[in-house]
Amino acid sequence: MCGIVGLFLKDKSLEPKLGAMLTDMLVTMTDRGPDSAGIAIYGGSAQGQAKLTIQSDQADADFAALADDLSSALGAAVTLHRKDTHAVLTLPADKAADARAKLADLRPGLRVMSDGESIEIYKEVGLPKDVARRFELSSMSGTHGIGHTRMATESAVTTQGAHPFSTGADQCLVHNGSLSNHNNWRRKLKREGIRIESMNDTEVGAAYLTWKMQNGASLGEALEGTLDDLDGFFTFVVGTKDGFGVVRDPIACKPAVMAETDQYVAFGSEYRALVNLPGIETARVWEPEPATVYFWSH
Amino acid sequence: MQTIDLATQSLRELNATLQAQKDQTNATSWEILNPRGAHAIAVGLDAPIEVTVRGATGYYCAGMNKQATVHVTGSAGPGVAENMMSGTVIIDGDASQYAGATGRGGLLVIKGNASSRCGISMKGIDIVVQGNIGHMSAFMGQAGNLVVCGDAGDALGDSLYEARLFVRGSVKSLGADCIEKEMRPEHLEILRDLLERAGIDAKPEEFRRYGSARKLYNFDIDNAAAY
Repeated sequence: MCGIVGLFLKDKSLEPKLGAMLTDMLVTMTDRGPDSAGIAIYGGSAQGQAKLTIQSDQADADFAALADDLSSALGAAVTLHRKDTHAVLTLPADKAADARAKLADLRPGLRVMSDGESIEIYKEVGLPKDVARRFELSSMSGTHGIGHTRMATESAVTTQGAHPFSTGADQCLVHNGSLSNHNNWRRKLKREGIRIESMNDTEVGAAYLTWKMQNGASLGEALEGTLDDLDGFFTFVVGTKDGFGVVRDPIACKPAVMAETDQYVAFGSEYRALVNLPGIETARVWEPEPATVYFWSH
Repeated sequence: MQTIDLATQSLRELNATLQAQKDQTNATSWEILNPRGAHAIAVGLDAPIEVTVRGATGYYCAGMNKQATVHVTGSAGPGVAENMMSGTVIIDGDASQYAGATGRGGLLVIKGNASSRCGISMKGIDIVVQGNIGHMSAFMGQAGNLVVCGDAGDALGDSLYEARLFVRGSVKSLGADCIEKEMRPEHLEILRDLLERAGIDAKPEEFRRYGSARKLYNFDIDNAAAY
């Protein structure tokens, strides 16, 4: 069991409240996943700038002087904004790939949670409300975001095993279920040059979508591919820089509810997650069909 | 009318209060406010009372119901009226997966659509769905009637024993050992009665009947190689 939430805003006036709305949804799903929690939020981008969200178990040591060290290594301006065990590095977009490589040398213990123009990912072990508080999630604004509460069945309860997973720039995925052919796909995708860092099944699902989109598939086409290529149980909710998608496997035993109004599209593992959204009483509420791809974009 | 507001009272208080009602209770009419998708609302009732839930419910609403009438004015989450023994459960909206699963008696009416596995392993319950139903519905159904005024999804009635399935619209596919059967006068009579009790205006003659081919009842030696 796990809990998934997602919110894609159509109404710009709600953007300052995205973090607060998503945090409320996330905390409601605590009893579906009390092990760990995470959130990916698309907080907008600055022209020519990239954001890297990093995490460290020794944040004090690793983050101290990191902006300066990375700035000298890259020969470009770098700013660091810390939130608990995570920090967001902002740097010129054309230095993002180089920054990843340099970070591995400068701070070997550090993990890169996401990179891209807009995405930030925060995830840790612990109750969703504690994770949300540590990262001040409810104060964040953005255009869309997804979140996950984890009850681990498949791999260790660690920061690295928490969702969302990001395997490509501005891409992320959360998953309820378990994949059974992930070892094969992990080998294949690694050979194809896709970055996979854990033994977690969900990360392979994320990497699969990254690989598909690298090869020219749209988000919708990539999600369609999961139905043929991935074996197991899954309800996936996916974010890209300007898109938001949902797909369930053909058996569809993992629960899902969606709601749409003129202001937003929302996803919850259960209706409980949606009850505080504005106008939910009159929203179109439905259960996404099995083996059917849904996606929206700005 | 007694009112229980889940915004101010706990779910446990609600269920304990409703479960304490006896056959001869004077408090026959109950209203539940602010369900907000909570799990296990009005479960395990065993008295001839009427309970109206104003809003949407989560998992297992009205599970194990006996005698009571539970009416949900919104939609219901997974497993509504699971293992119902008797009484009536009415859902004005949609029902999620495995509505009426393993039910032994009573009537479940879903005014919207039901999703996958509706009536899975039904054992005597009657289920009437005004909209469509999802895949694997009535899987391993043993007794009772499933009436669908809309369409049925994939693998309807897979591994069916003896439940009767009536569908007015299309059937995407039939499951293993499920076949279309002749609609005889006694079936039209059963259907007319169920539609009337469900308050649904539809003509029994417009439905088709499906049931078990009874080929899976006994081991077939020709299939030995498959094991």
